[in-house]
Order: sequence, then C-alpha cells, then structure tokens
Amino acid sequence: MRITQGTFSFLPELTDEQIRKQVKYCLDNDYAVSIEHTDDPHPRNTYWEMWGLPMFDLKDPAGVLMEINECRKAHPENYIRVGAFDSERGTESMRISFIVNRPAQEPGFYLERTEGDGRAIRYTTHSYTKMK
Amino acid sequence: MSKSHLESVAADEPSSSEELIDLHGEYEASNVQEVLDKLDHELVGLQPVKTRIREIAALLLVDRARRSFELTSQTPTLHMSFTGNPGTGKTSVALRIAEILHCLDYVREGHLVSVTRDDLVGQYIGHTAPKTKEIIKKAMGGVLFIDEAYYLYRPENERDYGQEAIEILLQIMENNRDDLVVILAGYKERMDTFFQSNPGFRSRIAHHIDFPDYCASELLDIGKLLLGQQNYQLSKAGESAFNEYIELRMKLPQFANGRSIRNALDRARLRQANRLFKTSRSKKFVKQDLMTLEADDFYASRVFAEGKPDQGQVASI
Repeated sequence: MRITQGTFSFLPELTDEQIRKQVKYCLDNDYAVSIEHTDDPHPRNTYWEMWGLPMFDLKDPAGVLMEINECRKAHPENYIRVGAFDSERGTESMRISFIVNRPAQEPGFYLERTEGDGRAIRYTTHSYTKMK
Repeated sequence: MSKSHLESVAADEPSSSEELIDLHGEYEASNVQEVLDKLDHELVGLQPVKTRIREIAALLLVDRARRSFELTSQTPTLHMSFTGNPGTGKTSVALRIAEILHCLDYVREGHLVSVTRDDLVGQYIGHTAPKTKEIIKKAMGGVLFIDEAYYLYRPENERDYGQEAIEILLQIMENNRDDLVVILAGYKERMDTFFQSNPGFRSRIAHHIDFPDYCASELLDIGKLLLGQQNYQLSKAGESAFNEYIELRMKLPQFANGRSIRNALDRARLRQANRLFKTSRSKKFVKQDLMTLEADDFYASRVFAEGKPDQGQVASI
C-alpha cells in the first residue's frame, strides 16, 4: 500500500531535481527546512524523528540534498520527509511537508475491530511495521 | 552500424562545428567585465592577483563556450589558497571572487561565508563533524573562505579535533566540487607548513595565489581611496605628511599593510576632530574644514615622535 501524505501526496515520487527545486523555493522564502524520518507511517504519528537540526540559514538546496541522501543511506527502509517551517508572524507553522523516501515494501495497516455494547464496533489501525 | 556510415558521421562532424562562437559577446553578456573593472578600481596594486583572476575568468568563459558545443570536460576545480601578509586584501579579493564566479555561473548563489577555526572545530568529541557540516551547508552555492586556515592543524596535540574538520573539508572539496569553492587564506610561511603536513590539501587546491606587500605609493593610494569613501580628503601638506608617515610606519614592526593604513587614518580623523574642536571657540568652519586632514593630524603620531607604532588609543593627542 503506497502511503501518501503532505503537500504533493497526489503526485508520483519527486525526483531529486524536483526536490531540489522545491527546497530552493522554501529557502527563497526563508523557511527553515528540516528532515525527519520514521518507520511508523501511521497518519496519527505526527512525531517523526529529526535528522539533525532544521537548517535555518542555507542559501542553496545542495546542503539539504546532501542531508537527505545521508539520511537515505542511514535509513533506507524508513519514510523520510522534508518539512519547511515558516516563522513569519501569524503563520509560525509548517508550510510544506513532503515524502522523499519510502521503503521498498510498504506493508500498510492492520485494521482491528473491537466489539462494544450492542452491535457497536470500534476500529483501530496499526502499522504492520510496528506490529512485528 | 556499418563502417561507411561511421565514416560519414565522422566526416560530418567538422562541418557541424563550424558554427561561430562569439566569445566576446558572451564575455559582455556575463557582466563579468563590470566586476573585473570594479576589482581594478577598488583594489590598488595586487597585479599578480588580478592577472590570475582574469585568467580564471577566461577559463570559465571558454569552458562555458565549450559546453555549448558539447565538448565535455571536467568542471575545473577552483579551490584556492591565498597567502600573504596581514592586510594585503585577501578577504576583499575573496568577496570579489565570489561575485565573479556567480557571474560566470560557476556557483549558484555567489555568497561568501567567512569562517575561522572556531567556526569549524568543536569543543568535545563528536562536536566537530556536525559543526563543520553546518558551515559547509551554509556555504554551498557560494564560497567558503577559511581565514588563517593553518590553525586547523595543530601538530603539537595529536588529539586535536582540527584534523577531523580537515578530513571533512577534503572530502567535500572532492565530492561537492560543483556546490562550493573553498578558499584557504593565511600568512605565507605558516600556510606552507600547513600544506606540507596536509598534502591532501595542496593537491586539491588548483590555484595558489600569493598576495604581495604594498609599496609606499600604493599604500598612499589606498589611503586616499579609503578617505574618499568616507568623504575626507588630504590637504597638500597633509598628503606629504601622510606619505612620510607611511614610509616610517612601513619600517616598524607589526606593519599590517592596508589595515595599518586604515587604522592610521582613523586616528588622524580623531586628531582632526579634536583640533577643530579646540579652535571652535574662536573660529567658524566651512564644509572644507570638516573634510580636510592636515599635516598636524599625522605629525602628532607616535611614529614620528618616538618611532613606535601607535597603540590602539591615541594617548597624546
């Protein structure tokens, strides 16, 4: 199951050149670009692990690309995303976030049904990757 | 593919490359002329440096033209080392280089990140690598200028973290050649020993540029240029006094070329302000008075009185 989330979720995978251009856009707008990775792609998992510190005063996307590639090398089987934080007053939140790496096999989610009172059923999703 | 076909392709080749290339047009379109002219005007002397920069500019221009014919050649490495005595304009030239490389599309952004040992080397184990990488990332797309680079290497302490920074730099200089240009700067002798103990650096740096010391007349020109920028001027007597000052100062220890001149002028301005202030009760001034440095403003220097360089402050105005 191909997991999608973030800004370009409806598009096919971005190539490195496309990533470079998106990052360039972020840097031109003075966003702080960060790289995060996780093995748990659950949609409610908002806390991914940081790969180094956010990069605040870069001029050129090459530095970000270098970090992305290093993160890919270290965690080839993790989801990796790039986020861009806009510190402009009134916004002060993530502007852009997109996935730049995903595992070769994406097992998807297990749906757990819990029967409640009467015929009520409660549903919970678990990432298969976290169930092992 | 048959043999005859191959031959016909080979025969076609030269005719297709008869297309003319207007190198001069490219030169003018790249704005590099403007930057080079500015270099000529704003930096006095430094002939060998200017020549080398022109050569580099020409190389990049020709390289660009070659690329338009799809004559692939490896991107030239442009890492440089600037050696020279204090105050010979190494940092100023580095700034211009960044601009020139940007004009010629060699670097994408053309900014200069100027660092010293403290910015690269960490305080404890595991601190250096992220710190160095941080700086390198910042400099990508531009020029990384490492001032007094020889401090990176401290042979007397084998556990010094500088070595780690050097290794990361070497790796980046080799692998990310398209992303940034590294310029190492420092005094000649110490840079030489630095390169001797780090042969990797020496071989990765294509351009070793030596900055000569300025002669007295060049220093006078620099002084005038500096004064002009701040809307000051020298009176006739003031100029000859300044000239004398330079001649004397050059012979004294701790002479730092352009920097000493700038400091001397700052002190002269201080004395001028004081002189004007003292006479202000009895006299009104015109604009000219406020702009002009007189001979006395220079003769009050300790260089004349005691044959010693001025200390930071002017003790006896």
